[in-house]
Parts: sequence; C-alpha cells; structure tokens
Amino acid sequence: MRLVQGNEAVALAAVHAGCNFYSGYPITPATEIMEMMARQMPKTGGVFVQMEDEIGSIAAAIGAAWGGAKAMTATSGPGFSLMQENIGYACMTQTPVVVVDSQRGGPSTGLPTLPAQGEVMQARYGTHGDHEVIVLTAASVVEAYRMTVEAFNLSETYRVPAILLLDAVLSHMRENVEFPDVPVRERLKPVIDENFLPFGADAPFLPFGSGHHTVVTGMSHDETGLPKALAGQAVQRILKGVQARMERDAREITFYHELALDDADIVLLTYGITARAAREAVQLLRADGIKAGLLDLQTLWPFPDWLVQEKTRQAKAVLVPELNLGQYVMPVRAALAGRCPVQPLGRCDGELFTPEALADAAKALASSVEIGGVAHD
Amino acid sequence: MTKPGVDLTPYLRQEMMPTVWCPGCGHGIIARGIATALMSLGLDMDQVAVVGGIGCSGRAPFYFEANAMHTTHGRALAYATGLKMVNPGLTVIVPMGDGDSMAIGGNHLIHAARRNIDITAVIFNNSIYGMTGGQAAPTSPLDSRSTTSPMGSIEPAFDTVELALAAGATYVARTTTFDFQEMPQLIAGAIRHHGFSVVEVLSQCPTYYGRLNKLGEAPDMLLYERDRTKLLEAFGPLPEITREEMVGKLPIGLFRDEERPEYVDQYHGLVARAGGGKHAS
Repeated sequence: MRLVQGNEAVALAAVHAGCNFYSGYPITPATEIMEMMARQMPKTGGVFVQMEDEIGSIAAAIGAAWGGAKAMTATSGPGFSLMQENIGYACMTQTPVVVVDSQRGGPSTGLPTLPAQGEVMQARYGTHGDHEVIVLTAASVVEAYRMTVEAFNLSETYRVPAILLLDAVLSHMRENVEFPDVPVRERLKPVIDENFLPFGADAPFLPFGSGHHTVVTGMSHDETGLPKALAGQAVQRILKGVQARMERDAREITFYHELALDDADIVLLTYGITARAAREAVQLLRADGIKAGLLDLQTLWPFPDWLVQEKTRQAKAVLVPELNLGQYVMPVRAALAGRCPVQPLGRCDGELFTPEALADAAKALASSVEIGGVAHD
Repeated sequence: MTKPGVDLTPYLRQEMMPTVWCPGCGHGIIARGIATALMSLGLDMDQVAVVGGIGCSGRAPFYFEANAMHTTHGRALAYATGLKMVNPGLTVIVPMGDGDSMAIGGNHLIHAARRNIDITAVIFNNSIYGMTGGQAAPTSPLDSRSTTSPMGSIEPAFDTVELALAAGATYVARTTTFDFQEMPQLIAGAIRHHGFSVVEVLSQCPTYYGRLNKLGEAPDMLLYERDRTKLLEAFGPLPEITREEMVGKLPIGLFRDEERPEYVDQYHGLVARAGGGKHAS
C-alpha cells in the first residue's frame, strides 16, 4: 500500500504500459503528470521533452510514435482545445497516442484548480471531420492507473488516439493504493513484403526506419498512405473500417461498474469522480425504500449504447449527473429513445455532487415518474 | 553540383510524379537540390525522414523515396522533434513554406533553433501563400501585391536569416533557385551539420507572386532573384552590413556554421546521469 496522487498514478501507469516518450506543457491541474514524467523518462531510458506549447506537445508525441515510441501527453481544458487539430491528425494517420485531459472549470481559463467534466463532448468530437477516438475516465486513483494502461492498450490495438479524462479533484487527491498488474498489449510487428499496406485493415502500426518508406499524411489517402485519386472513397473505407473494428469489439473496449441494477427503478448513470457520491446515494435511496441502482462508465466513447440499453431495461427513469450543464445526457437519451425519462443533473460551479444532492434529485425523479405507476415521458 | 545525366530517380518517389507544383514554380528546383544533397552524402534513404507542413512546400515529402510525413500547418518541426528524439539515427529534413516557418509555425522554429536539435529546415520562401491562391505572407516584401494586399503590403517582411541567427540556429544559410550550383552544397552542409540548420531558399512563384507583381514569367523571376541578392562575401565582414545596404541586395551564402551542444546529445547525457541506460531508439 502506498499513498499516491491521481496524477502520479497516471505517470506510473504510463511507465508500466511501456510509455517511452512524453511531451507536454505545464498546466493546472495536470502539471504533476509532466513533473513525474520528467523524472521517470530519463530513468527508464525514455524521452521527456517540454515543448513550447500544447500544439507542439501533441505534435511531438505523434512524431515520436512514428519514431517507434509509445507516446503520451497530458493537459487541461485550454491545452486540450489547442491540441484538437493534431488529435485529428492522429486519427487520420491511425497513430497510437495517449492524451490525458485533467478537466477543470471552463470555458476559457475558467476555474483552473476546480473540477469539471466539460470536455466529454470535446473529447469525442473536438477535432473537425469524422473520426473515431477512445475516451476513458476514472473515479479513483487506482482506476486512473488501470485506465491509463488500458488507454495505451486500446490506442495500440485500434490505432486511434486514446483520451483519458480526469478532473482536478482526481488529479490532486491521494489514496492508499495497491496497483493492480494490468496486462500490457505489446505492439505487433507486421510482415513487410511487396503486399504490405501500412494503412490496410488491421495492419499493425509500423514506425519509420523499419524498411518500408511509409508516407504519412493528414490528407485523405488510401491503404498505401498515398493521397491518390479517389482518396475520398479510400479514406471513407479506412475510417469505416476503424469504426467497424471498434463496434465489433465493443464489449472488450467498454469498461464499467454496476451496483444494485437488477431491480432498480431509478438508475443513476455516472462517469468519473461523480461515481463516488453516486455509490453512497444508492445506499441512501435504498435505505429510504427507493430501488436505486448505479451504472458507472469508465469507457465514455465509443458510446456503449448496447450497455446503457441492457442495464436500464427495468428502469423507470434514468438520472445523469454531470459536472457540466448536460453533455453525456444527450447520447443516453438517444440510446433510450424515449423508453423512459432521462433526467440531466448538471453543475459547472467547480463543486462536486454530494451523495445527498444526488439522492434528493433521484427522489424527485422517482416521484415525478410515480414509481410503481406508469412511466411517462 | 548535379550534372546533366546524373540519375536522381533512386531518391525520388516515382509513383507521385508529376508534382502538384505549377509550371515554372521554383519548388521543384529546391526538391532537386535536396535530392542532389542526399545523393552527394550517400545516405541510406531508409534512415531519412522528410517531414513537411502545409502549403505548396508541404507536398515536398511526397516526392522523396524516404520515410515521409505531411503534417499540419506550421507544426512540422514539432513532429520532427518527437521523431528525432526517439530515433536519433534518422536524418530528419523539414521542408517548410514561408507561412509554415514564419507565420503559423514561427514558435516551433525559434524553439527548435534554441534547442539546437539536429534537424535540417529548408525554407521554401516564395514570398506568398501559393496553395490558397496568392495571399500575403510574413515574407512578402513591403509594398508587394497579393490578393490580401491588393494595394501593396504595409507590413515589413521577416528576415528569415536574422530570425534563425537570433534564435540560436547553428547553421544558417540563404540561397536562391537561381543559384543552383551552391544550393545543394548548402543543403548538404546543413544535413551534415550536427545541430539545427536553416537553409532559406528564395523561390519563384510565377503563378501568383510573379503575376500580381508584374515580374514576368519564371525565367524573368530567376533573373529577378539574381538581381535582388548579393553574395555575402561581397559585403565584407558581417557586422558592417547595415539594413540600408540590404535593401534590394539581400545577402546570400552561409551566415553561420558553428558547433554548440546538440539537444539529443544533451538529453542522452541527462539519461546517463539518471542511470537510464541506453536511450530508447
């Protein structure tokens, strides 16, 4: 057991996952990740570089990936906004890279030291154009560790950027933890012959200097990497392929916890730090005779609509508490398509929800849908 | 340097020919200069990476039979920094436009120079944004015409060489597409140099810059390049050059070639001190 800070856990997990390149720019509340990596990388033979801004940080990380590294950068809202264009470059070039965003109050400079979940949609859709990304989140120090390793694993497997969303509280809080031994997925080496396609379906990532003169471009290209004629059709084929592989493996990609869902009339659907209060809220509600349950997601994107549908089948209403003014509630509503009321509960004042506040909101929702009676919308 | 009959095809990606560049564009001359430099150095192209940005010059990586990266606008040097640090065995060449290097990516240029990382930046300076159709660049001369300065530019141009020198680049040269004998030698010197190198090549854009500024066709523009530049040696010792002297007579040649601790070496030293063993590559 050791007392570890959330940001420290991310850095330690990255090293465990084989991360050997870190580039970043200081920003609250993510800075400790960078400070840890500045110590860890030279010790483990990896590379640490403090770039001139967040645009340079993500660009250097993607460049390092093509140099053969497992690369990561970490930031917070303002830096995450700056990174968006180049996150799209990683999507278009199918480059594995991990981006940690410790969310703080926004927009703009916002509340630099206080928690928020304002980048849930930005993490999925922040860069222009159609693309796939994997977005994970965590509610505890040990979960931050686990999800960091999984971010590397998934990014390697699907050749997409993996984004880990933390928040100011999780980044800075300390917990007594024993780190689990999370398996690390090693990079596969492709066979290079005249038929090798660096961007072919399921092709392993092949860095520069490995014998194939790969062309990497953010322009639409075909499986050879070259921006040839009919590149629009080619890139649609490639992007649909990424989407299909992630849909195929949705159950392996989706991490979640559940509590008391079997007979739950009211389902609290949470992610990140809010899960902590929600677990206690479920106990409070049960003690008051309300059948409440919790679905707590660690994988936010690709959106696990199948899971949300499965786990709320018996529900009469779903409450979606978020540290924003209503973001993730949108895909939840779409997934349930009017089957039961989906109630947002949002705040962006830099405070966390208390268990009591969640229980009160759940009670109000329960009475509005006349638990025991007929559900309406 | 290259004589007629010299075969550069092993250095050029045949499947991407012809280039996107307009007839008369100087960028093909620069690409030939880079290929000639690579040939003269006898480099293994599997260990060469060409990392470009966006714009006419940004297409250059496609035309070399090497590891090629066509990145985002202005960010090529940041990508190249990550690439070089994890794989120092790669020779990293960064073709950049004047927009890439002096406008949107100016920050990365000065920091790459400050770090003195062993990367060669070749700045294709045609004084205008060509890919988007002839808008003013930070390198467009005062009073020059473009689609966004139709009455003449009221902004002074950046002096790329002065900026690179001030930021700490350890190899700094300027040449033109007219000076084709010297250009590949300066680029080869930059690639050989262990540190951050900047070679600015003044290039002609007859399609936009030439037409909007009534400079004639490509051959006329090559002569214009000849007439607006003057060999550095002809100025006497560097400190005696005044800004007034440079007007209409832009100095060309090798401005700096000096040794200073290189960034990847410095980092390896740090790893050794931290006991990290062999640096990842």
